[in-house]
Amino acid sequence: MSTETTPANSGTTGERPIGPDNPAPVIEPPRTRTGRSPRSTRTNFELHGWLFMRLSGILLVFLVLGHLLIQLVLDGGVSKVSFAFVAGRWASPFWQVWDLLMLWLAMLHGANGLRTIINDYAQRDNTRFWLKMLLYTATVFTILLGTLVIFTFDPNIR
Amino acid sequence: MPAGTLYRGREGMWSWVAHRVTGVLVFFFLFVHVLDTALVRVSPEAYDQTIAVYKTPLVAFMEYGLVAAVLFHALNGLRVVAVDFWSKGARYQKQMLWTVMAVWGLLMAGAAWPVLGHAFRELFGS
Ligand code: HEM
Ligand code: HEM
Repeated sequence: MSTETTPANSGTTGERPIGPDNPAPVIEPPRTRTGRSPRSTRTNFELHGWLFMRLSGILLVFLVLGHLLIQLVLDGGVSKVSFAFVAGRWASPFWQVWDLLMLWLAMLHGANGLRTIINDYAQRDNTRFWLKMLLYTATVFTILLGTLVIFTFDPNIR
Repeated sequence: MPAGTLYRGREGMWSWVAHRVTGVLVFFFLFVHVLDTALVRVSPEAYDQTIAVYKTPLVAFMEYGLVAAVLFHALNGLRVVAVDFWSKGARYQKQMLWTVMAVWGLLMAGAAWPVLGHAFRELFGS
């Protein structure tokens, strides 16, 4: 490691614990972006991903907690769930749109979260690559299947 | 525990660990859940038979666990947003975590009977 690395706790005043009132020393970014930076670090993808996690999270609070309330608490809880119940709900465009939004936002939010986790723990380039391919395949498959099911639902299937 | 560390081994770290674990759990559930819902395109019988599994006592306890995970992730997620966007967020992160835990405890207590009631009725009669 470089000898210029700031030793832990140096640069702060004495014994005061580091906290919001006594911030840790700023560490300079290791490299500046230039035209020769690798493609993957030339865009603001990670910034937008970070923002998306927060915005989708706020929407998911309403969508998912509302969904759980309807499915598990109201009208007798899970006991009432059946094909007929789903047919009743998806007769209304409101719940179709609700479920569609919830499907897309939860899947993209969860998949982006898992991408971060894979980046954190999978150390070998190859492992990381294949884990992400598995994740992306499962995500695309699930989103497409869920979307198709909402749009092609047929209450008179039999 | 190293003194002067904002993060390691303290509330900030453990809430982050719990946020990560609950996020992964809910994601895996969602994958299975979209598959079971897709059975409405197979036949009403196939769907109803599969959903019957959701109504068994054992699975009712797993549903309570799912509610616990989703509730913690949702409430703590709002706390993360507040830490990032509210100017005083970092200063009050600890108080916000205890608020999250209090609200979580209240909602879990309120959800107990609606989610688990049918399991108890089935297990212990009436
Ligand atoms: C054990 C608790 C749950 C039960 C009993 C349940 C039940 C259902 C039911 C009956 C449907 C059919 C459509 C409707 O009625 O709206 C459905 C669809 C859906 N649920 Fe849940 N749900 C549960 C938990 C969750 C959670 C935690 C999430 C999100 C993370 C979720 C996400 C979805 C999505 C995205 C759909 C639409 C699926 C599709 O497009 O095919 N559900 N759920
Ligand atoms: C209910 C409302 C939700 C809120 C408010 C919320 C909020 C958040 C936020 C703010 C983050 C970013 C954390 C960070 O950057 O440190 C995050 C991460 C994550 N979320 Fe959610 N989320 C919600 C629902 C969900 C659902 C339904 C899933 C699963 C499908 C999910 C899975 C994840 C995962 C896997 C991560 C990555 C965790 C990590 O990197 O440690 N979240 N969530």
